[in-house]
Amino acid sequence: MSSHPRVPGHADPGRSTMVTRRHALLPSTALLLVAPETRAEILPGGTGMPWRPFAGHPPEVVKPGPWVFFTPEEGAAVEALVDRLIPPDPETPGGKDCGCAVFIDRELAGGYGTASGIYMSPPFLPATPEQGLQAPLAPAQFYRSMLAALDQFCRAAYAGKTFAQLPDGEKDQIITRMEDGSLQLQGTVAKPFFEILLRDTRQGFFADPVYGGNRDMAAWKMIGFPGARYDYRDWVERHNERYPHPPISIAGG
Amino acid sequence: MATKLPATDVVTIGLGWTGSIVAKSMTDAGLRVVSIERGPWRDTATDFPPSYSPDELRYALRLDLFVRPAQTTITFRNRPDQTALPIREWGAFLLPNGVGGAGVHWNGQTWRFLPTDFVLKTHLTQRYGAKFLPDDMTIQDWGVTYDELEPYYDKFEYLCGTSGTAGNLKGQIQPFGNPFEGPRSRPYPTPPQKQPYGPVLWAEAAKEMGYQPFPQPSGNLSQAYTNPDGITLGPCTFCGFCERFGCGNYSKASPQTTILPLLMRRENFEARTECEVTRINLDSTGKRATGVTYVDSQGREWEQPAEIVFLCAFQMFNVQLLLLSGIGRPYDVSTGKGVIGRNYSYQVTSSVQAFFDNKIFNTFIASGAIGMIIDNYNGDNFDHGPHGFVGGGYMGMNQPNARPIEMTPTPPGTPKWGAAWKKAARDNYLSTIVADTHGSCYSYRDCYLDLDPTYKDRFGRPLMRLTFDFHDNELKMSQFLTDRLAEIVQRMGPRQIVKLPRVGHFNVVPYQTTHTCGGAIMGADPATSALNRYLQSWDVHNLFVMGATAFPENAGYNPTDTVAALTYWSLDAIHKQYLKNPGPLVPT
Ligand SMILES: Cc1cc2nc3c(=O)[nH]c(=O)nc-3n(C[C@H](O)[C@H](O)[C@H](O)COP(=O)(O)OP(=O)(O)OC[C@H]3O[C@@H](n4cnc5c(N)ncnc54)[C@H](O)[C@@H]3O)c2cc1C
Ligand code: SF4
Repeated sequence: MSSHPRVPGHADPGRSTMVTRRHALLPSTALLLVAPETRAEILPGGTGMPWRPFAGHPPEVVKPGPWVFFTPEEGAAVEALVDRLIPPDPETPGGKDCGCAVFIDRELAGGYGTASGIYMSPPFLPATPEQGLQAPLAPAQFYRSMLAALDQFCRAAYAGKTFAQLPDGEKDQIITRMEDGSLQLQGTVAKPFFEILLRDTRQGFFADPVYGGNRDMAAWKMIGFPGARYDYRDWVERHNERYPHPPISIAGG
Repeated sequence: MATKLPATDVVTIGLGWTGSIVAKSMTDAGLRVVSIERGPWRDTATDFPPSYSPDELRYALRLDLFVRPAQTTITFRNRPDQTALPIREWGAFLLPNGVGGAGVHWNGQTWRFLPTDFVLKTHLTQRYGAKFLPDDMTIQDWGVTYDELEPYYDKFEYLCGTSGTAGNLKGQIQPFGNPFEGPRSRPYPTPPQKQPYGPVLWAEAAKEMGYQPFPQPSGNLSQAYTNPDGITLGPCTFCGFCERFGCGNYSKASPQTTILPLLMRRENFEARTECEVTRINLDSTGKRATGVTYVDSQGREWEQPAEIVFLCAFQMFNVQLLLLSGIGRPYDVSTGKGVIGRNYSYQVTSSVQAFFDNKIFNTFIASGAIGMIIDNYNGDNFDHGPHGFVGGGYMGMNQPNARPIEMTPTPPGTPKWGAAWKKAARDNYLSTIVADTHGSCYSYRDCYLDLDPTYKDRFGRPLMRLTFDFHDNELKMSQFLTDRLAEIVQRMGPRQIVKLPRVGHFNVVPYQTTHTCGGAIMGADPATSALNRYLQSWDVHNLFVMGATAFPENAGYNPTDTVAALTYWSLDAIHKQYLKNPGPLVPT
């Protein structure tokens, strides 16, 4: 049975270092089933909860900086897209300044982009709507191909201009046609791309800032969500009153 | 080739809710217990501390605590004449992985079923006549009664410290609890949770309409509690990162907060993590299990011999392991014969959104099981004669979370993007509530589980195939429940409500509940059940199957209180009879 593949790892990279540490610190009485680089463990009773220091696996903080997955052109297009999906207004910045494109870039560079953890075995057959997505392309490949198609479409239809170079009204027209299913990009209906892009943009807008979006917790301030406060015992019975404290993030602050 | 390990007395496949209960109980008897768990070890301090547990993206969207579909998933179709396709990303339900199982990331809504739910077929036939039931409905009595289970419900609730208000104490109806519930022998171990604004307003409206609203029984504790095994839980802080998350405060009842600290001190217990059981082994007669075979995360195969095998792998995986091990006769939809895979059922949920002006609900002040409920339209608590359907559900104003990626409702007609969406998201976040119904799902001839002919897991084993759709009876029920709920919500004075009854086909994409049931049901007759009334396999007497797998149909409540009560009920029979005299507990 040694030909069996390993259990797929958890999507977050913090996990594997944690596990290595756990094994390194295993008490010598603990019998390891397998070589230490693997993760199966025997946890013998009689010792209490097998707690070990540094065993946690906090998320990695996304740092601003150059694109990790996108090319500069792709990055510019996605910044333009997210800034129309969530436009700036006098009170709250738009998708671009909130870091939604940075969020999507880092997610596509990680486990989300490679469809890590998703069942990707063929055959990929036509599905009923009830059966859910049957897409052979991982999100990173899908974004790459659809952004290239959008670029070609814009350059052909708008005298060589890229999406990012178009005026807002024209950008909105394109997005509207993506949404209503009337736009084909290189022969592919653009609607699924619109849906995934909108979902990811909203995730970037509202997720904890640790992932690169929701910069300064702008989205949480906009709606009045206090973030990671975790304790509302003093407030549960204060009805119909605005919660007064500003949000906090798991990234600190 | 599997390497054979030294024999042990008891093996549990899985170390979630039922696996932990079984391991604790069997070690009580001095037996050596090995729990084999597919996922990793998990504990509060390391895996969900308050410092980084409130992370919606990681836990609620990327589903960090759940099994990865790449590791194993199931295939799905609505009807037997369709081709089932794999669920590539979880949607309607989220299947567990890791120590604590779904007990880590459940809501904690802790409900007993109604006395009539256990004798459903007999009761409905007597009251309405056999013709009232759809022809293809395959509901059955359970072979166990509410009165028999009561002490075991009580045991689980006192293990967890469940917070609530009794509605029926030894037959005496109480003013602030659920007047429809079966009699309970004593009050809940802890008082109900405090309620936020939405549930309180909803309950006032329900009361004005003549209903008796009561707080939802909750495994998110209202105060610190030390359980009979000396393990202490803390008070819930209404953090709102509860379902899909582990609790950082030790305040949600879970195997970690109620059982494992004791179990891990016992020398006759051992957990093996990241080890997936691939088969239950049988002797040459096929009537006795000799143990299990499992594969560790390095891909090495091991055989663990044991005297008693407890299948505690969650409903779906229980059925899959039975089929892959050749235990019991597989269900054949064309003849209606066979038992493994038969009577799959689910849960029929619906909701009503309400948008208000000038109200601040602070819906982020939330917990998995907080809320106010009425039970008038559950089970057979009302006369179904005029309505033309059977079944029902509880309804109320739960407030599990207002995490912004999942819960930023906007009124109908709002664009999905652009300035108008942004303004609507801002204006409605604090002033919108969602009430919901939690309805039964009865079983039907064409709703079942078997092995998929095409798609395989990473070991090359066939995936479980689910064939399931909602039937007219359930859709009618959902419409009825949603209408009643909407009347109450309307009375709260919203600007606008949106009714969302369950309609159309079952769809695996939107989350509904992880209350998948049946597939190896309990009963009195081996021709129509896989397990006897003690959850013992009719075919293999030293195999006990724990979990909602045993439900012949699903009631209008969350399953776990009943899952746990059945587990304790079974264990009691094992302690009192089986250990002394191993063999079938019910003659065939
Ligand atoms: C998001 C969510 C919310 C829920 N909310 C509620 C609620 O509010 N109220 C309620 O009553 N119920 C709720 N439930 C359901 C509840 O969690 C389950 O009913 C309960 O955990 C079932 O217990 P179990 O022991 O059968 O399975 P689990 O507790 O899930 O344990 C099964 C274990 O078996 C392991 N396993 C599976 N296959 C194998 C294998 N082949 N080898 C080794 N190990 C294996 C799994 O990894 C898992 O750890 C919820 C579930 C989810 C997912
Ligand atoms: S809502 Fe309460 S029980 Fe749930 S995770 Fe938060 S603190 Fe724990």
